[in-house]
Amino acid sequence: MKVLVLIRPKQGILDPQGQTVERALPALGFEGVTDVRIGRLVELEVTDPSKLDELCEQLLANTLIEDFEIQIQED
Amino acid sequence: MRIGVVRFPGSCDEVDALDACAMVADAELLWHGRTDLDGVDAVVVPGGFSYGDYLRPGAIARFSPVMKAVADFAAEGGPVLGICNGFQVLCEAGLLPGALLTNSGLRFLCKQVDIIVERPATPWTADCEAGERLSIPVKHMSGRWHADEATVAELEAEGRIVFRYAPGDNPNGSTADVAGVCSAAGNVVGLMPHPEHAVDALTGSADGLKLFSSILNGGDRVGTAG
Amino acid sequence: MSEQQAESLPGVDRAVELGLTKPEYARIVELISREPNEVELAMFSLLWSEHCAYKHSKKVLRRLPTEGDRLLMGVGENAGAVEVAGLAVAFKVESHNHPSAVEPFQGAATGVGGILRDVIALGARPIAMLNSLRFGHPSSPRSRWLLDRAVAGIGHYGNSIGVATVGGEIHFDPSYESNCLINAMCVGIADPDRLMRCAATGVGNRVILFGALTGRDGIGGASVLASAELGDDDADKRPTVQIGDPFAEKKVLEASLELIDADLLVALQDLGAAGLTSSASEMAAQGGVGLDIDVANVPLREQGMEPFEIMVSESQERMLAIVEPSKVAAVLEVCERWELLASDIGEVTEGDRMRILVGDNVVGDIPVTTLVDDCPLYDLAPAPPEHGLYPAPPADLPEEADHRDTLVALLGGANIASRRPVFQQYDQIVQARTVRRPDEADAAVLALPVGEDGIRPAIAVSIDGNARRVAANPEGGALEAVLECAANLACVGAEPLGLTNCLNFGNPEKPPVAWQLINSVEGIAVGCEALGIPVVGGNVSLYNEGPDGPILPTPVIGMVGEMPDATKTSSSGFLTDGQAVALVGPFSPNLVSSELAARRGHAPQGELPSLDISAVIAAHHAVRDGVRSGAIQSAHDISEGGLGVALAECTAVAGIGCDVTLPEFTDAALFGESPGQGFVIAGDAAAIAAIPGARVVGTTGGGNLVVSAEDGASFSVPVAEVQAARDGGLTAYLP
Repeated sequence: MKVLVLIRPKQGILDPQGQTVERALPALGFEGVTDVRIGRLVELEVTDPSKLDELCEQLLANTLIEDFEIQIQED
Repeated sequence: MRIGVVRFPGSCDEVDALDACAMVADAELLWHGRTDLDGVDAVVVPGGFSYGDYLRPGAIARFSPVMKAVADFAAEGGPVLGICNGFQVLCEAGLLPGALLTNSGLRFLCKQVDIIVERPATPWTADCEAGERLSIPVKHMSGRWHADEATVAELEAEGRIVFRYAPGDNPNGSTADVAGVCSAAGNVVGLMPHPEHAVDALTGSADGLKLFSSILNGGDRVGTAG
Repeated sequence: MSEQQAESLPGVDRAVELGLTKPEYARIVELISREPNEVELAMFSLLWSEHCAYKHSKKVLRRLPTEGDRLLMGVGENAGAVEVAGLAVAFKVESHNHPSAVEPFQGAATGVGGILRDVIALGARPIAMLNSLRFGHPSSPRSRWLLDRAVAGIGHYGNSIGVATVGGEIHFDPSYESNCLINAMCVGIADPDRLMRCAATGVGNRVILFGALTGRDGIGGASVLASAELGDDDADKRPTVQIGDPFAEKKVLEASLELIDADLLVALQDLGAAGLTSSASEMAAQGGVGLDIDVANVPLREQGMEPFEIMVSESQERMLAIVEPSKVAAVLEVCERWELLASDIGEVTEGDRMRILVGDNVVGDIPVTTLVDDCPLYDLAPAPPEHGLYPAPPADLPEEADHRDTLVALLGGANIASRRPVFQQYDQIVQARTVRRPDEADAAVLALPVGEDGIRPAIAVSIDGNARRVAANPEGGALEAVLECAANLACVGAEPLGLTNCLNFGNPEKPPVAWQLINSVEGIAVGCEALGIPVVGGNVSLYNEGPDGPILPTPVIGMVGEMPDATKTSSSGFLTDGQAVALVGPFSPNLVSSELAARRGHAPQGELPSLDISAVIAAHHAVRDGVRSGAIQSAHDISEGGLGVALAECTAVAGIGCDVTLPEFTDAALFGESPGQGFVIAGDAAAIAAIPGARVVGTTGGGNLVVSAEDGASFSVPVAEVQAARDGGLTAYLP
């Protein structure tokens, strides 16, 4: 099955990328954009979804500073 | 001759580039927020980590007010040199072809390399001979120049590849060993190696000085490829 | 108040949870005549932590010499500074061990950021970084992961901010398996007339916080992360990881220097461990004033932060400045141009009170001296260990291997192999002053601006430590570390001016660790006195322990030396054929705690030979003078792996072999160590023969390293094989 893993900076963890992008937007005329957070998207094809959590915790995300969300796309 | 060196928040090599320019001409820093170029005769977009390289290297800096002025200056044939992050900015801004991707080794790499001058006919290489080897350091995380096959073939045909890494010295996996390219008119040049860090034998090499001294002689050779 | 009375105080359990002892809590209650509230308790718990109060090391450190002719700024300021060629050269080394063990990339990155801000706070422009890293045995996957991530973190921060990383050392030993060491040293230069002190002065002056927003980063970090032995529950400490933002730091750097240049600041201090609490109270204590801090005016990254959280937040990339009221507007204007937040958060007051306010409400009110000076200082109870403290490392080099195979195996070992795979991940050249890069010479050489005489002076910088020798003999090993650093400087023609140290040790409440600490400090003091240089500042990191016990005692020494002429320096390797090779120095090698002993599975213990310091220093002078005069073109100190490895390293640099004949051909003569006491030098034969104490042993040239004994025994290794062994040794452990 196809799986998407969204990885984001944890709530409360400094996200320098997101902050810098957020500050750059008004100069380009994009007003009213706040709370920009930049993470990663990982696409996977897996046969056994039971280990997905473990896989994310151990490798895909750094759970000290990142949260992850698993989205199963299709069976 | 007066050369302007752009300074973005997060530029690191702007002072070294300024000092290198000052060895051959008058030189001044241009703050990224300004909308004109103070009447300079040539512009260097220097290395560093403008805006921390966040999102993509050069992605935010290209929208700085000063870059509009640099684009207008380039369109009028003014000589522009992008070094490392400056090369990335010029590619993001569409002033130079291709894009710079993460090194094939996935690591930041600081290393002295040899590059070969493929095209002396630019304002920044006029003092070099075709085929001349220069010892110049690279130091970057995202220096793997990439363009699709058609673009590479077009650039080869038009003689727009200005520098290549010497055989065996490609440090980042760049397509066709490309170390630097120029615009169609030849006045805008970008390269990943740092000529401003090769202007004094005391600190390793003086070969890079030729790029800066070229600006004094290069005007009449713009646009004549090969 | 007795411990029993303290027992009955309602707040005592919370205090203990925050790391204070019951008697310490009782003392606080006595000093302020009441129990502290939440804000005050949080502040006490941090400022009375080992990390901030140095309660187990302060008395020991008094042994270190802190005065010197060239000293411009010493212990007590953000960093030390010495005078070189009319400039102030500021430098300091600091640890970031425990945060790096939890999250090596951000831990190492913020370690670099923190030491940079110490130097920036002096008004100095950082020009170079060095680092000293220690990991467990390289066969351990965790050690390799820590190495890779820590190196990436150091590069991420240093490269992005535009400060060259010009040197460092990496060492692997099983004792660091669960407690890696990340020590970072920063060197900066400043106009001596513009050096900034951290003392808050001038009642009515404003307190300006500028830089990044304040979030819940590292809350409890200083007390929880920096003083507790790490165990299996590290995961619980995770929310306290600080994230470094080198882009923000670059702006803080440029804005700070511009503010100082424009004479807009009275005092400047960085925010590091314990955040605002530590910075504000240090500034007040140094100036003998009080401070009002209104936390409602601190710009926050997160909503709903409690006053105590704001006071102890360790969010990075922040500075605290004292500013005359008439200059506040100009300060805010400079910060705005650098796209930095700046807020007026308080005022310098008469008296001795540190008051924390939320608008008009006082939420904390304590005497500054109580916070900063009244923490109890403990005496140590030293006792030499009754038996070896450290287990024997796994053996991987057979005793019966011949000299040739032993040499090649040593060269390819992780502790001796070329550091190039790591160093090339660092920008070594930004700011265009690096005359000698890592791997080119024994110390990095950094050119300074051209003087009035048209000559370009330089400084040389080095960082060193050899913990195994310290484990065998703390005083002798620490003295050797000082001498080795000075030897590195001598090799490039530099004269030492000052020293900074980072003392990484285990739990000082354990008598053997206390013994290691006290005797190591003695060794450093003896070395400083012999060299005639002061300790300008440094850092102590204690409680570096894992489940198997303490780390090796690891005093790390950073040193800065002066060179009158940047062009008069050397290479660590042979440069041309046909030069004389000579040995200099009262080198008395032995195998105790050597790399060879470790590879053969011997624990780091045994007797170190006594050394003749004045003879060692005479050898340093001879080498330094020879390099400066041009007589010596290659100079390399004999350190780990002994003379055999030193000779091989000399051939590897430019691929030029040598043929030498040695009086002794034993394992000890070839691979024994005696750090800081011997050199391999090369140059024209007549010039080398004239170097005082030089013993010519052969010539450079050819494609082989050929080592013979006077009795005719001999072995030979192709230089290409030497290079391949050295180049592959560390790469094997990197991804």
